[in-house]
Amino acid sequence: MKLKELESCLQQVDTFEEPKILLEQYPTSPHIAACMLYTIHNTFDDIEGKLVADLGCGCGVLSIGAAVLDAGLCIGFDIDDDALDIFKRNAEEFEISNLDLIQCDLCSLEAEAYAKKFDTVIMNPPFGTKHNQGMDMKFLKAALTMAKTAVYSLHKTSTREVDIQVDFLRFSTD
Amino acid sequence: MKLLTHNMLTSHVKGVTKGYPLLIKATEVKVNEVDFNPQFVSRMIPKLEWSALVQAADELGHRQDLPVELVPEYEKNEEFLKKVHRVLLEVEVIEGCLRCPESGREFPISRGIPNMLLNDDEV
Repeated sequence: MKLKELESCLQQVDTFEEPKILLEQYPTSPHIAACMLYTIHNTFDDIEGKLVADLGCGCGVLSIGAAVLDAGLCIGFDIDDDALDIFKRNAEEFEISNLDLIQCDLCSLEAEAYAKKFDTVIMNPPFGTKHNQGMDMKFLKAALTMAKTAVYSLHKTSTREVDIQVDFLRFSTD
Repeated sequence: MKLLTHNMLTSHVKGVTKGYPLLIKATEVKVNEVDFNPQFVSRMIPKLEWSALVQAADELGHRQDLPVELVPEYEKNEEFLKKVHRVLLEVEVIEGCLRCPESGREFPISRGIPNMLLNDDEV
């Protein structure tokens, strides 16, 4: 699949109706999601036929992209009912069946129980800027425990006037 | 909730030492077709708690004659891999709950999503 096709496909994914500030529910834009997934798939071959986890999956743009790129199974983790409802609706509209969901709190998650169970972890974690400092590091720690091969994550580099600049990082756990 | 997902879920209620495997009490189960990828299934098998998978499939009435002990050279046995594929990825619990074998705490499953959130006093 070409990058442009993936991006236009991900534009069909619905996002938050009323984002919750405390949970830092800003959606991952289809453009960023597509670029990120395209690189993970084409450069590193870490999606097709892999068991993928999406931490703090929200409405599921990264999970749906991973499923479209033929992940063996992608499991989304999120704490929020409303986000999971939208995720579910998106998955149904895309008629995707290689997806599953778990409602849980990543902060109290015993990541050890999932140690190395997943091939790949993808995420756009909360950046820890809303009275929850260090949240991104908690997510990253859990992700590094859970992944056998690699973690792909977006991290804040700077806050600009209208948006935030992010870095896309790959952490190898081999 | 697919049984591959169930195979990884553990109860972490305070004081519980072995909250695994979670017992499935299902009121609605569905079978959704998923593309068969034999390499993926073969690669997942050694990572599974095999007995927990067989028990879960049995509880849901979808055991597919899976043996108690894993068969040797399963990676070449397409018929076997197809059965495992069905159980791991196609059988889904839509409504019901998961019960912690040690504390008896029940985790609801609704619209196919297990809710593993704990109350403050359970952490």
